[in-house]
Amino acid sequence: MNQPHRVLPLALGLLLVAGLAGSLLQPYEVYLISLWAVYTISALGLNLTLGFAGQISLAQASFVGFGAYATALLLPHGVPFGVTLVIGAAISFILGILLGFPALRVQGHYLAFVTLALATIAFLVFRNESWLTHGTSGIDKIARPFPFTSGVAYMWLCLGSLALVTLGVWWLLRSPWGRAFLALRENPVRAASLGIDVRTYTLLAFAIGAALGGVSGALFAPLGQYIEPSEFALPLSFSLLLMVVVGGSGTFMGPFLGAIVSVALPEVLRSLQDYYLLIYGIIVILLLVFSPDGVVGIIARAVARLRPAAAPVEPTP
Amino acid sequence: MATDPNAPVLVMEGVVGGYGRMTILNGLSFSVARATITTIIGPNGAGKSTAFKAIFGLLNLSAGRIILEGKDVRGFSPAALIGEGVCYVPQGRNIFPELSVQDNLELGGVALGTTKAMRPRVEEALDRFPILRQKARAQASTLSGGQQKLLEIARGLIAHPKLMLIDEPSIGLSPLMVKDVFATLQKLRDQGVSILMVEQNARSALEISDNGIVLETGRTRLVGTAQSILNDPRIAKLFLGAEVDLETPASP
Repeated sequence: MNQPHRVLPLALGLLLVAGLAGSLLQPYEVYLISLWAVYTISALGLNLTLGFAGQISLAQASFVGFGAYATALLLPHGVPFGVTLVIGAAISFILGILLGFPALRVQGHYLAFVTLALATIAFLVFRNESWLTHGTSGIDKIARPFPFTSGVAYMWLCLGSLALVTLGVWWLLRSPWGRAFLALRENPVRAASLGIDVRTYTLLAFAIGAALGGVSGALFAPLGQYIEPSEFALPLSFSLLLMVVVGGSGTFMGPFLGAIVSVALPEVLRSLQDYYLLIYGIIVILLLVFSPDGVVGIIARAVARLRPAAAPVEPTP
Repeated sequence: MATDPNAPVLVMEGVVGGYGRMTILNGLSFSVARATITTIIGPNGAGKSTAFKAIFGLLNLSAGRIILEGKDVRGFSPAALIGEGVCYVPQGRNIFPELSVQDNLELGGVALGTTKAMRPRVEEALDRFPILRQKARAQASTLSGGQQKLLEIARGLIAHPKLMLIDEPSIGLSPLMVKDVFATLQKLRDQGVSILMVEQNARSALEISDNGIVLETGRTRLVGTAQSILNDPRIAKLFLGAEVDLETPASP
């Protein structure tokens, strides 16, 4: 599950199955599949920053917000959707670089607090700068780009975008950049001794992760056709963090599976009403206690048990 | 510019530097001949490992020149030095234990910039070290100490270095593994890699070396062929653990 080249067909197959299933389902399920694709794009970005490069960020929701607001504000001015998506990603990329600078000086909990500060500032801007963002009343009637106006067509747009992002992340992880991110996570000093520019790669880890947040936001705005500031506040950042960790941080498939859990579990537990969050919390705690490497870890162990020959090489004395 | 095959690959000229206000290297000068193993020996604190840090751009130098293949590389960053053909295998364990053997090797090729450039080099390293190919998918921490050192050497070779700096490769290894690592270094020398080694295990190291350098208080005390240093009775007594005559009574 850690080897991107082995699981790429699995990821793309999952998208195809989701799309085909969605084409036969009711509008609400189609919406959920689209939402899953959108969240997965954002979680793939956070997984690059956190899972592969080892830099914690609680600001991913803000980048989703920048992407969403860029699209919602520019579309009515006749800017094509493709362009608003690129602008949203670019804004997030640049702000991601800025967020990366503190990571050159602080790590761990301290870095989490710095990113928390950015998330708070971004939320205040979305909420208070109503001349630009329309404040708490939000922006409605966000048009879907032609010809993806129907629910099913827009779902295919979300899944297609996710497929492109998946291919991009797959390429990145196989490239020397992906190796450099791993080295950064494991031991920055050793990484530097191999000639890896720790500064550049730390900033890129944030910037690329943030840009994917922006892409996800650009797709999010026309999905519900309405956005308002609280959608991009801390709960979404925590939710994206949970998707990465529950799925399996630092694994290629983790964000796909984590996002399924995050989108599907609330629906499954909906009948429990007020107890839903309690049960959800317990499930997550149990998962992390018994499988710290997330859902991917559970599946990898099950596969290894079914195929003993594929077990890892025994340690040498 | 065609390089003179007889010219030394590295020349240190009057290098002065240290940590903060403490000067460790006091005008260090020596050279490393092409496709040879040169071993630096000396007592603790002589500046052996510091000399490596100076060459690899990890130390602030206040004077001197470091000439690599005719080019002054003093002040170059480690990344730039890798580009110039220097690789550094530091003392102790420097693998990424949680990553696979293959991942560790690929990390040696990050500076090459593209997957296309990196992949054949990794294959080449796996061909050169069959034990690493056998364990390519295993977590690097599951390798034995000697295998981990070979992995570090293999990783250094990915960049096709002209000069390999290797600091205390025998530390923590069993005598058999030390032999293995030294044999690997000899093979690399025969293939044209120039090797500069620091080693506490001075006698064994000099036995496989072409040249030797004796450092003392950050200065070069003696340079010569490894054989001449091994045969020098003063050096033997000071650094190579020559036998002390126990029959002679100690002076009162």
